[in-house]
Amino acid sequence: MARQGEDAGISKVPKSKRQKKKKSKENKTRTVHANMLYDCAKGEENPNRLYANNKIKTTKYTVLSFLPKNLFEQFHRFANVYFVFIALLNFVPVVNAFQPELALAPVVFILSVTAIKDLWEDYRRHRSDKEINHMDCLVYSRVERRYVEKYWKEVRVGDFIRLRCNEILPADVLLLSSSDPDRLCHIETATLDGETNLKQRQVVRSFFDLDCDFDPLKYNSIIECEKPNNDLNRFRGYIIHRSGRRDALYKENLLLRGCTIRNTEEAVGIVIYAGHETKAMLNNNGPRYKRSKLERQMNVDVFWCVIILLVMCLFAAVGHGLWMFQYGDKRPVFDVLSPEGTDLSPVMSAIYLFLTMIIVFQVLIPISLFVSIEIVKICQVYFIHQDMDLYDEETDSHLQCRALNITEDLGQMQYIFSDKTGTLTENKMVFRRCTVAGVEYSHDANAKRIAMYQEMDSEEEECTSHGGTLPRRDSVTSHQSARVVLRSQSTKSHRRTGSRAEAKRASILSKHTAFSSPMEKDITPDPQLVDKVNECSSQMDFMRFHSQPMSQLPSDLSDIIDFLIALTICNTVVVSSPNQPRHKVRMRFELKSPVKTIEDFIKRFTPSRLTSGSNSSSSSSLITNRSSNKGCSSLLSSPSAESTLTKLHEEQPSGDVRHAFSPVPPCFAGKASWNLEEGELRYEAESPDEAALVYAARAYKCSLVGRLPDQVTVELPHLGKLNFELLHTLGFDSTRKRMSVVVRHPLTDQITVYTKGADSVIMDLIRPPDTGNSKGKRQKKIVCRTQNYLNLYAADGLRTLCIAKKILSKEEYACWLQRHLEAETAIQGREELLFESALRLETNLQLLGATGIEDRLQDGVPETIASLRKAGLQIWVLTGDKQETAVNIAYACKLLDPEEEILTLNADSQEACALLLEESLHYIQAKFLCNSTDQAAKAFHPNFVPFEIYSSSSPSSSSSSHTSPFLVHRLGLVIDGRTLAYALDKSLEDKFLAVARSCRSVLCCRSTPLQKSMVVKLVRNKLKVMTLAIGDGANDVSMIQVADVGVGISGQEGMQAVMASDFALPRFRYLQKLLLVHGHWCYSRLANMILYFFYKNAMFVTLIFWYQFYCGFSGSAMIDQWYLIFFNLMFSAFPQLITGTLDKDVSGETLQQLPQLYVNGQNSEEYKPYMFWMNMIDAFYQSLICFFIPYFTYADSEVDLFTWGTPITTLTLFTILLHLGIETKTWTWMNWLSITFSIVLFFTVALCYNASCPTCYSPSNPYWTMQRLLQDPLFYLLCIITPVAALLPRYLYRACQGTLFPSPVQMGSQLDKLPADTRRNILSLSGVKLGSPLNPFLSHRKPSPRACNKKDNQGPILQTEEDKGQQRPLGPIDSEKSLSGLYTPAPSEIDTLPYTKDAASLSMEPQPPLTKNLEGLDKTSEPSDLSLSSWITSTPLLTQADCVQLNLPPDTASQCVKYTRNSEERLKPEPTIYPAQRTEHVAEQSLHTVL
Amino acid sequence: MMASSYNAKDEDGHITVSGPGGATLRSKKPENTAFKQQRLPAWQPILTAGTVLPAFFIIGLIFIPIGIGLYVTSNNIKEFEIDYTGVDMSSPCFNCSQNYSWNSTKPCTCTIPFHLDQPYESNVFMYYGLSNFYQNHRRYVKSRDDSQLNGAAGSLTEPSKECEPYAYHESKPIAPCGAIANSMFNDTLELFYNDPNGTKIQIPLNKTGIAWFTDKHVKFRNPGGNNPNLTAVFQGTTKPVNWRRPVYELDTDPENNGFINEDFIVWMRTAALPTFRKLYRIIHRKNSMVPTLPRGNYTLEVVYNYPVRSFEGSKRVILSTISWMGGKNPFLGIAYITVGSVCFFLGVVLLIIHHKYGNRNNNADISN
Repeated sequence: MARQGEDAGISKVPKSKRQKKKKSKENKTRTVHANMLYDCAKGEENPNRLYANNKIKTTKYTVLSFLPKNLFEQFHRFANVYFVFIALLNFVPVVNAFQPELALAPVVFILSVTAIKDLWEDYRRHRSDKEINHMDCLVYSRVERRYVEKYWKEVRVGDFIRLRCNEILPADVLLLSSSDPDRLCHIETATLDGETNLKQRQVVRSFFDLDCDFDPLKYNSIIECEKPNNDLNRFRGYIIHRSGRRDALYKENLLLRGCTIRNTEEAVGIVIYAGHETKAMLNNNGPRYKRSKLERQMNVDVFWCVIILLVMCLFAAVGHGLWMFQYGDKRPVFDVLSPEGTDLSPVMSAIYLFLTMIIVFQVLIPISLFVSIEIVKICQVYFIHQDMDLYDEETDSHLQCRALNITEDLGQMQYIFSDKTGTLTENKMVFRRCTVAGVEYSHDANAKRIAMYQEMDSEEEECTSHGGTLPRRDSVTSHQSARVVLRSQSTKSHRRTGSRAEAKRASILSKHTAFSSPMEKDITPDPQLVDKVNECSSQMDFMRFHSQPMSQLPSDLSDIIDFLIALTICNTVVVSSPNQPRHKVRMRFELKSPVKTIEDFIKRFTPSRLTSGSNSSSSSSLITNRSSNKGCSSLLSSPSAESTLTKLHEEQPSGDVRHAFSPVPPCFAGKASWNLEEGELRYEAESPDEAALVYAARAYKCSLVGRLPDQVTVELPHLGKLNFELLHTLGFDSTRKRMSVVVRHPLTDQITVYTKGADSVIMDLIRPPDTGNSKGKRQKKIVCRTQNYLNLYAADGLRTLCIAKKILSKEEYACWLQRHLEAETAIQGREELLFESALRLETNLQLLGATGIEDRLQDGVPETIASLRKAGLQIWVLTGDKQETAVNIAYACKLLDPEEEILTLNADSQEACALLLEESLHYIQAKFLCNSTDQAAKAFHPNFVPFEIYSSSSPSSSSSSHTSPFLVHRLGLVIDGRTLAYALDKSLEDKFLAVARSCRSVLCCRSTPLQKSMVVKLVRNKLKVMTLAIGDGANDVSMIQVADVGVGISGQEGMQAVMASDFALPRFRYLQKLLLVHGHWCYSRLANMILYFFYKNAMFVTLIFWYQFYCGFSGSAMIDQWYLIFFNLMFSAFPQLITGTLDKDVSGETLQQLPQLYVNGQNSEEYKPYMFWMNMIDAFYQSLICFFIPYFTYADSEVDLFTWGTPITTLTLFTILLHLGIETKTWTWMNWLSITFSIVLFFTVALCYNASCPTCYSPSNPYWTMQRLLQDPLFYLLCIITPVAALLPRYLYRACQGTLFPSPVQMGSQLDKLPADTRRNILSLSGVKLGSPLNPFLSHRKPSPRACNKKDNQGPILQTEEDKGQQRPLGPIDSEKSLSGLYTPAPSEIDTLPYTKDAASLSMEPQPPLTKNLEGLDKTSEPSDLSLSSWITSTPLLTQADCVQLNLPPDTASQCVKYTRNSEERLKPEPTIYPAQRTEHVAEQSLHTVL
Repeated sequence: MMASSYNAKDEDGHITVSGPGGATLRSKKPENTAFKQQRLPAWQPILTAGTVLPAFFIIGLIFIPIGIGLYVTSNNIKEFEIDYTGVDMSSPCFNCSQNYSWNSTKPCTCTIPFHLDQPYESNVFMYYGLSNFYQNHRRYVKSRDDSQLNGAAGSLTEPSKECEPYAYHESKPIAPCGAIANSMFNDTLELFYNDPNGTKIQIPLNKTGIAWFTDKHVKFRNPGGNNPNLTAVFQGTTKPVNWRRPVYELDTDPENNGFINEDFIVWMRTAALPTFRKLYRIIHRKNSMVPTLPRGNYTLEVVYNYPVRSFEGSKRVILSTISWMGGKNPFLGIAYITVGSVCFFLGVVLLIIHHKYGNRNNNADISN
């Protein structure tokens, strides 16, 4: 769209375009001069004049170009071309069937409807363009020597722009000056990528030293930079000064259009790219067009229609030829010669007739189908938008449909690929526990606090807001009062501070401060750790006081302090105060940039400096706050006041804090005062876990108070504020999976590297402890213990990070720095060199500890997954997380069932992977094989109790006894990224799929974005299934784009996923309603409408076909051409649109309560290929009736052609409408209205038409026909009997089907009929009505691994264990047992997974005899339920079950860890799940009673 | 500022979501209306044997009586049909039928005797019937000029292109033009009652009132307004090729001459099917005492002009009374009876089905 606009813009000035082209060939850069120099009257010489101006135009059309351009676009659609071709064919006299002008009408109508739609959309774009173009900004004017207000559209490349805080950038601007003393400018890029944290941009280096105001008049440099491109993260160029000096420009210097200036008073820049050449605009792609599955299927049938049409035409042509031939030379009077009076040979007339028939039968290809589908889809999108259940109050956002034409695909999904972080989880990181120096601090109080949030969640809805956090966009003046609010609130209602409602409101209020809900911010410290921290800091204080070297600190204490410091500084968190404007809190002592040169290094690290400078400044706790206004007007007045306040509070004894935190609920008193002092600070983090760690450290009073490019200020208890000189920051990247900072420790003056990263990488980088001395032993112990705890954390579903440090000697540092600087200054391959440089630094680390951060599940995720799974959807989770974390999250969200077996594939090589897959395959096949034999044997179990249906009325008693039979053992597959890479290889992908598809759930850990998309592509292409990918982050974009339907979560991690998606949801749980309800509706509505369309057109056209037998195949039509042409367009159009938009086969509640109904869409039940033919046959039958009843009634009578055709038209209309009536499941007043309207419209039009003109409308000339017919009783008699006779078979079929073999959907709709409470009872208690159709489906999907174990030759233990299981009463069992076995810390080996269990543990699962026996019964019942067999066969699982293989006993290979978990979660019941399970179970039983 | 920032976001992001619902600053919460939430009150018919049962029985019970009524009505209509094509050697019209030409100058007459077994009480409609005559042929149907027939002066001299190739003859416009007019039925039929005492009484045949009222008075008009001198009006035109007389000599009655000649109008209303009849004359009942056509012997005298043998056609004369539902046609009655009985039968079948299978659902309902 943007490009088109650009083209349009260029085409206006063709000359410049040509020049530009020439120029672009010459050089690939853009040169920007300041417009200043060319301002008055010398416009012609301005080299910038050729660049696009800032006026944007996203409209497609102009007034003049609209018609041709729009038509051109519409003719891209083949159908339109076809219809125009037919209309034009009518202008050929030999073949014409209708009046040519009339035949054009439908095409023109359809084209104009589409054109109007396009026009309206374009107008909206135009309006928004206009609004944007007329926004104001300050541009420097040379004439007035000041900045003047100008419209955005008047901004040109080369202009100087002054930007104030909170202004939106009008163009891509190179930052030349900033009021910020550090020459920084903060921007928020939410509109570009959705990331809400602030990003720093730097003034171009050569303007760095300029004091105070930048004077545009003095500027006379030339900027050379890249041509406009759409890469947001790249900008290269250099600025050439008058002196000839060149300075490089980076993306850090460029402010992008659409971003907002934050935290910066004022900034000045020069426009580099404007308008359509800005990166933001180049990144805009229009909405995507996908073709839905239904539409693809429809197109096949359209193709069939064409074939039918051709066959019919051919038939008629041959018939006509023969008819002509029989008369021979004796030409009958009624066979009129051609206008020229020449005689046509039969062959020629047959050929002409063929063309004529194409015109007459053109209606068979439904011209209005495409436009109707578009209308219906727009309405569907509208209704989805309007759904209250898909609206998220918290973020004030509702579902967005970004792709308008695949709504019905939502009802046909078979595989869901989900991201984990941010999609299933909240992506709100909460610090849970940590381990430092091998000691675990469990933070129990914190855990309880978090639990409390969850409890409160239910009751907080009615709580009114207390202001939440500070209102952000307040003006500066209201700043004080805002703070008062905070104080009163924090003292008054502590409970509410913690409530999640508050958090919600806070997040609404401060949308721009990400990751800062109270739950994340307020961490209750672990008392043990608090003790140690206090001890440590007091010791340090003491030592400093006595000027002892810090290294004498006991190593465990120093580790703790290092750990906290690492948490605080090893990140890129920016500190800001929440006031308006967001000022950076600056505690600045020296203006120093990071070490940039060797000289700098030498200069700075001279001994004299080491002793004097920083030490003295850091030891002083009374801080002289240099607000560093530098002469510019600034509002930086508050920090100094605050710092004194801070100081005062600091003097509170630390014991107070400790005391305050000991018991849980009333503990907020201590924190309240704390909030006061620190609450003013905001942390802006790039990722939520960074923020979580900083907040965690703050809980121990080790808080980050300021960050500058070269310096981090940390406040420590007792020690006050310490300034860490930040020498380097080695940023996080996904390959290294870690980040490091190099600082000079102010207390020890050592150069210290703090590294934070994924445990797997950090553990490899730990310096191998030399076991000789005690220190080394201690190190080893720490490492082992930490690894243990890490495993434990992972098992708890926590995200783990390791913290390590390294102390560099000055020589080492110098050595490294040398090469690092080389890398930094390298021109080519800088990234790689920097990467290598980082690798060099991050070695031989000393492990400090590890943290466990919880990423909480979103609300309703387990329920959603459970119900989606019941809907027959296979859910795969693809995550970048480590395996243990992912597995545990999977358990938490019920993706993996504790009762199910898990295949874990971890392979080191291609061969191992192949072997592993082979074995898994055998294993699965073996299972399935013996499963079936076992079933047969146990077909009739004596314990079967049929009467239980009625005894299960009380929910409490039934829940326990009925769940266990349902929990059938299915397989879960866990695969890690490395193995996945092997498995995705061409040679193995088939095997991988074979294994994966037979597993109920698949979990891919450690997968890269590319792998994610490869998996989706593989499944989609190989299995030919409909895939849905859901994710929230940039790493899911490729997956979202590959899938049939991409869903983005508009969560915290930015907008890239949303931008790439077809649907954007605020929360994961909305997926349930979106798919189960809207997807189902959209699908069934559209499918039915399409089928109806085919029927309708075929029925109408075949009437004329039958007539050909009675008119010598001459192409004559008894139906007036007006009726013929407008029948589809007007008379029968509205009811089907209404039905297509509003019909509901089953109510939304039932659809959600019975997810099984979704299978309907997955298997394309509503629109199967045979249905098209059934509809065609029905159409043929109905048209036969509609033709021959009038035929015989009027046979050998005086009736004339059109007096006979008009009743046929009328009764066809009745038949068609009544047919729709039979197919309509829900009649609202709109349906009645539309049908009435159609009939009234027909008669009105007919009467008016027949009365209007006695001589017009040749050849039918229907003057007074309808009027006469209305007086004829025969007409009414015909109109009654024909529709009845025509619809009898369909009506009968529907009735019989509804009784004899109702589809599940029909059952669902029967449920709807019941009163609400009865229905609820049925759904929750028995579900008897749905028994027969649903349950075979369900039960046949369950393989029974229990039975397999027997055949697996796994030893006698299994057998006995199993017997035990059989004797045991049904119900949830032995969770205690497994718990104790699971978590035995084994500190000896790092690689051991402590929770891994051997295969024998399989036997500990309960034996559900009832299930198996039910399955057996189901088997017997299968033949009687023929309608269901189709259901079953199309599920992917069963195909797997079919392939019978000899059962190789699976070898528990070394790489393959097969383990089963008996859930610890079983302890807590999931009340939401039980009723549904019960439903099925009882329903299952009911089937047997019925049979 | 805030508003503009929102707009900027919308624009730059270009989230082109069509469909209404772009409230900007207000809460985007959708309205809770029945329509928008798709909760409109609705009737949800569920088609099962039980629910459709009544419909079948009702249809059956209504249709069967209607059907019987129609059948009886149709049977009460008396109809007599004589084929006078003359295919057989024995047929009196055999000789005449050998003439295939349209323009034979010598009129050929044949006399067909027939016997009516029953007296025709009410008005008798006399039809001529043609079969295998495709009046509904596409090009044939089009071949007329309605505005010429409506008396438009321009169209009289310049017939529409649709009439080609019957628009001009020897460079004179044809009136009435077109193939339909050209092929007008031109047999003359006369009916005689053979009195038992040997005299042959000609039965008066009424030649008006056989066309649609609107046709006669609105659609068809002679050119030249009310000028009674049709010869003058049609000056400069020529008769259709197959006609023997020009259009203004179709009848002597000026109210039934020219374009408004009713035989002509009836012919111009093209039949729907290749076998059709057209109303020729009406025999009005004189008084209630005497039947219109008493039983006895009759003679039909045909001036045989119209060639049908070339296309294997046949010609008939039909004498028929009519009822409220038109001519004799038992089909509709039979159809009603059939459909009614089928519905009734299906109703019974459904009843059985409902009793056998429908209960299992209901039981479940009741049990809860």
